Amino acid sequence: MTDVPVLQVDELSVSLSGRQVLDHVTFDVRGGEFTGLIGSNGVGKTTLLRTILGLQRPDSGRVLVSGTPLSPRSRSLGYVPQKIVVDPDVPMRARDFVALGLDAHRYGLTRRSPPQRELVEQILHDVDAERFADHRLGSLSGGEQQRVFIAHALISRPKLLLLDEPLANLDPRSVQEIVALLHRVARGYGVAILLSAHEMNALLPVMDRIVYLTGGRAASGTTDEVIRSDVLSQLYGHHVDVLQLHGRVLVVAEPGQDNQDIPQHPTLTLG
Amino acid sequence: MFSGFMVNAWEVGTMVAIVGGVVGFFVVLRGSAFPAHAIPNGAFAGAAGANLLAINPLIGLGVFSFGAALGIGALSRRGRSDAVTALALVMMLALGAAFVSLSTQYEPQIFSLLFGEILGVSSSDLLPVVALGAVCIVAVAMLYRPLLLTSIAPDIAAARGLRPQRFEIAFLIVIACATTMTVPVVGALLIFTLMLGPSAAAQCFTNRAGRAMAGSVAIALVTIWLALACAYESNWPVGFYVSVFSATWYGIGRGYAEWHTRRQVRAAGDSRRSIALTN
Ligand SMILES: Nc1ncnc2c1ncn2[C@@H]1O[C@H](COP(=O)(O)OP(=O)(O)OP(=O)(O)O)[C@@H](O)[C@H]1O
Ligand SMILES: [Mg+2]
Repeated sequence: MTDVPVLQVDELSVSLSGRQVLDHVTFDVRGGEFTGLIGSNGVGKTTLLRTILGLQRPDSGRVLVSGTPLSPRSRSLGYVPQKIVVDPDVPMRARDFVALGLDAHRYGLTRRSPPQRELVEQILHDVDAERFADHRLGSLSGGEQQRVFIAHALISRPKLLLLDEPLANLDPRSVQEIVALLHRVARGYGVAILLSAHEMNALLPVMDRIVYLTGGRAASGTTDEVIRSDVLSQLYGHHVDVLQLHGRVLVVAEPGQDNQDIPQHPTLTLG
Repeated sequence: MFSGFMVNAWEVGTMVAIVGGVVGFFVVLRGSAFPAHAIPNGAFAGAAGANLLAINPLIGLGVFSFGAALGIGALSRRGRSDAVTALALVMMLALGAAFVSLSTQYEPQIFSLLFGEILGVSSSDLLPVVALGAVCIVAVAMLYRPLLLTSIAPDIAAARGLRPQRFEIAFLIVIACATTMTVPVVGALLIFTLMLGPSAAAQCFTNRAGRAMAGSVAIALVTIWLALACAYESNWPVGFYVSVFSATWYGIGRGYAEWHTRRQVRAAGDSRRSIALTN
């Protein structure tokens, strides 16, 4: 029981409109671990997360959550999508949206109990969102909304939290804040995290494992196991070098090789 | 003003306003204004058809508005929902025009279907209106929380096993139900304003969903009561007054929201564009 991973992705292949996006992707996420899903734009990160959630049907392979296939009603997975646009006119406070995480699946009108309301307060505190808890959801900045969506997902106590590019569009300081926050809540709530990103350096201090996605295929393991020249060269199908510099990692292709699908551009990484 | 057929008018009008406010809250929240406009227009064709066959117009209204709701819902899965809605709207209006031209009815009857004739409501109309209204309110109360989440963040809802498509169809059916009961009263062209104006106005005054819905009902009630009184005095169509008052509330609401934001910004001493209504 203790050793069953919260998530097993087993030989998963997915095509969209006849084009194969994921090709026999296999990896596990164990309880409480922080896993980074790293890949460049268009490589299939969102597709992979949506397939895990049961929103996209795979061609073959399977997804097990705590050892069993995901049932549609299960709430053992929390999800923060890549893009959520909330109209500023929507009459809903950040606090109310978090509370919806508790009971959005309930039909009928029920009053929220005092312990439930305390839970909302507690979680708003944990994600550091008290400051704007009474503001309209649609009026918050991207980084502020991110915290509210994380709180909404966490409040139903999932075993695994899937976050799709939560760090895109954030400035470097907010990136650090959100990463630290996720690290903290993952520990505090005992929730495993699978977070997609196109840049891995911000995640290096907190990542237990990495799933590196390119050309539809994935390599997974600890950062030291995966971010190596031989492993990545095999994945890319051509030679790439891995440079370590001031605690940061840089993947570069040889001159003349196409390095467009390398998830972080050298000039950006060194900047 | 408070006797005879006017008693029916007040009762039916009150029910229509409550349903318009409750359903309208979600119409505005979901951005469903277009289907909320198309379905009643389709229903008009149904009523015209029922006239032609000399059956109860409520049956024609019901069949056509549910048909429109299901059709728009089903076709929106495949194509662009605005295009589908527009085509459904036009098709049904065309059908309505054909029915009207075949009909030997004299014009006022058609006019009242389009623009409403609450003052001609008979006591036999009362029961279906109240029954359908109750169905709408119970349905919205049942769907309240899942519908909130699917309206605001459909992807998150889908990941929790709430299928946004199904809720879209369920909600279109609620609109159809509301349409069936309200079209004979305020008319096909104008019922839409009762769902839209009060709710859109209410959402300017509060940042809490429950209060916005309650406010939307309250504003709709005031709207229809005022409209009834004015129509009684002036003999102009009820729908005219409903539209004018609804639009006015929305104007006031927007003005309030602007003023409130500016005051907040000044109070906060910064230039953030957050709307932080704190009531
Ligand atoms: N409905 C679709 N039909 C066909 N192809 C699609 C569809 N949706 C996505 N794709 C393609 O599948 C590939 C993977 O898309 P996906 O959104 O999963 O990438 P991603 O890794 O999340 O990218 P990003 O970093 O830009 O978010 C892309 O090449 C995209 O063009
Ligand atoms: Mg993506």
